[in-house]
Amino acid sequence: MKAIKPTGIAPTFQEIKRQAQARWRELQGARAVIMVGAATCGRAAGALTVLRAFRDELKKQNLDLPVIEVGCMGHCYAEPVAIIAREGYPPIVYQQVNPVIARRLVKEFILGNDPCLDSVLGALEESELVPSLADFPRAQFEQKIILKNCGYIDPEEIDHYIANGGYSALAKALQLKPEKIINEVKKSGLRGRGGAGFATGQKWATCRQAPGMPKYIICNADEGDPGAFMDRAILESDPHSVIEGMSIAGYAVGARYGYIYVRAEYPLAVHRTRIALRQARKLNLLGKSILGSDFSFDIKLFQGSGAFVCGEESALIASLEGRAGTPNNRPPYPAVSGLNGRPTVVNNVKTLAFIRHIVDKGAKWFAGIGTPNSPGTAVFALAGKVVNTGLVEVPMGTSLRQVVFDVGSGIPKGKKFKAVQIGGPSGGCLPESALDLPIDFDSLAEAGAMMGSGGMIVLDEDDCMVEIARYFLEFTQRESCGKCTFCRLGTKQMLETLSEFTKGKGQIKDLDKLSELAEDVKAGSLCGLGRTAPNPILTNLRYFRDEYEAHIREGRCPALMCPELIAYYIIPEKCELTCDACVGTCTVEAISSHHKKRYKIIDQEKCVKCGTCLTSCPPQYNAIIKVSPPSAVPD
Amino acid sequence: MVKTEEKTKIREQTRRILKRLSRKRGNLIPTLQRVQAGLGYLPREAMLEVAKFLGIPEIDVYGVVTFYNQFRLNPPGRHSIRVCLGTACHMKGGYITLDAWKRRLKIDRGQTTPDREFDLDTVACVGCCVMAPVTVVDDKPEAKVEPTKVDGILLSFERERQKRGKKKR
Repeated sequence: MKAIKPTGIAPTFQEIKRQAQARWRELQGARAVIMVGAATCGRAAGALTVLRAFRDELKKQNLDLPVIEVGCMGHCYAEPVAIIAREGYPPIVYQQVNPVIARRLVKEFILGNDPCLDSVLGALEESELVPSLADFPRAQFEQKIILKNCGYIDPEEIDHYIANGGYSALAKALQLKPEKIINEVKKSGLRGRGGAGFATGQKWATCRQAPGMPKYIICNADEGDPGAFMDRAILESDPHSVIEGMSIAGYAVGARYGYIYVRAEYPLAVHRTRIALRQARKLNLLGKSILGSDFSFDIKLFQGSGAFVCGEESALIASLEGRAGTPNNRPPYPAVSGLNGRPTVVNNVKTLAFIRHIVDKGAKWFAGIGTPNSPGTAVFALAGKVVNTGLVEVPMGTSLRQVVFDVGSGIPKGKKFKAVQIGGPSGGCLPESALDLPIDFDSLAEAGAMMGSGGMIVLDEDDCMVEIARYFLEFTQRESCGKCTFCRLGTKQMLETLSEFTKGKGQIKDLDKLSELAEDVKAGSLCGLGRTAPNPILTNLRYFRDEYEAHIREGRCPALMCPELIAYYIIPEKCELTCDACVGTCTVEAISSHHKKRYKIIDQEKCVKCGTCLTSCPPQYNAIIKVSPPSAVPD
Repeated sequence: MVKTEEKTKIREQTRRILKRLSRKRGNLIPTLQRVQAGLGYLPREAMLEVAKFLGIPEIDVYGVVTFYNQFRLNPPGRHSIRVCLGTACHMKGGYITLDAWKRRLKIDRGQTTPDREFDLDTVACVGCCVMAPVTVVDDKPEAKVEPTKVDGILLSFERERQKRGKKKR
């Protein structure tokens, strides 16, 4: 590796790093450090009250110990999560912490010597006291690269990032020739993590060669996929990794400016990214002559305004230019003519987060992970009917079964697995028979789904496949920008057909019409939204046709989900006469006692099918059931 | 109908917000975001002011405002209720939660209660899928909001309102 010029980059950066490490050591040297996972999902679970409780209690006990906010560790099922690193103990992760537990931890663990084992999730290091997270069965399948820092550093402190190896890849890159970096990325085989899986190195090379100045790097954080939250988690937990990736990309393609396009629905990600940008500028890791080199690069943050189609790169660029986000015909690709008609690289958050690792550890290392055609790891947001919900990072080529059952620990409440929905509205539902597929761009596409951006929703026997297809079509229909006729009208027509099915109407021959129309919409749309909108229907018809037929022929919803096709019913023999739990909780006062025999009856006319009675009926009676079709309710 | 005085007031307020912003055409969306942050919504007068300020046709402003979900044309309520309808929330009963809000507030999505206390809308996904079904109440995501929790949240607002009323007296 030949340096282009012996600048002062290395010494300048070494000094920054030395100071960051000193501060990091100082923090680690405290008698105890408390870290609370305060990303959006943690906050929804109450992380901020836990944070306050820790601080209050420390003050009350006259302890001056650091309490820091960290991002998301990925163990979302255990939120709110807190890590306590106390002298003489391995760092211990506590789960489902509430203010009471927080106060107890201060009094009994930090002041006393009782690590409160009943609230422990695991330890971060091997020890005899607490099993470590690395010994969890799921750890065998996981390999954290871009999520490594998430949940362990304070995203609002650049020092934490630098002390853990951050920005050293940028310092290294600035001493290499740009072509060399592009070659390295090409050799690594990195494919875009936004969904389509285009070769990143190729994109960069095209942009570098394209004439026109200034060039731009855009980070696509418009994670519009309902059910996906990887990009949010990364920006909230480790924003500098994305900034560093963008700067390296900027250096490699010769760009002067960068934009991070974030959804406005992610206020915390916006806030933390803003702070990160400010801190990076202060240390000259962004701005003019970065680290004393002749490379200048700055990044602006742009808030999207809630349009799913803006995740498509040409629509995103239109939106950045202040117009309605409608896609354009490609070619020319943005790499040749993008923002303001200039060459522009648009990369997903995760793609950019990989860059620093590739520069640091080399293309060979990266290409050795995953499969030959899809190297590296895949990050999934695992949610829905699965025990261990959260963020998962596994090498490409891991099977779906391993992700759902080994990492996710399967389906809760002993229910039966039905399908896994991948790729959101552009993807599809894959059944049990497809679970042994390896996760990579090509296998998923073959099965009719799509890698997408990485949302993975597990569905069980209570989820209706017709309803989920209808749900996605309702979404794409509303989000269609209206430019292409097939997408605009086709999605509407498909939605109407599916809505009829969920009401038990429609005819069997509509199924063929539906798949025909789906193929037409696929062929007749310009951008990814329209071209993939029919995927949920097509995979459903391929794997779950019998459920459609049950809706149409029998007016029956096998999963007991479609509101118009079900009824709630109280079995008189099982109903406990002295209990009226359901009567009180019914939100519309539809339940009353039989005038003589005193068992409860649901007034079907009044019932809004919210299911509250079913959850309120004590498990020892279990008297309320759902039936389908509604006519199955005895008189 | 918006009264003339109110119209003038809106225009003045908008101009005050615009004063600090740049006149670049490309800044249309951030500009609208700022104006909405100040006024709570984008009334006709505000859009006219923005068009004048950036020197672009009014229809371009209106086109952008109606294209993006984030912009609203009617005034917000004191409390904003955003029901998440992401995939996980939907499958775990988000649609039932939405029904419960509609039933209790007696308004449809995209509307504000006549007393301007609540406005109800849906959001595609707030990325808290593991807490499904989520409702974002005044920018705070509430976990596992089922019909009974809807009643609970409304009750706490009602109590707050009573407290406020007592203080006034």
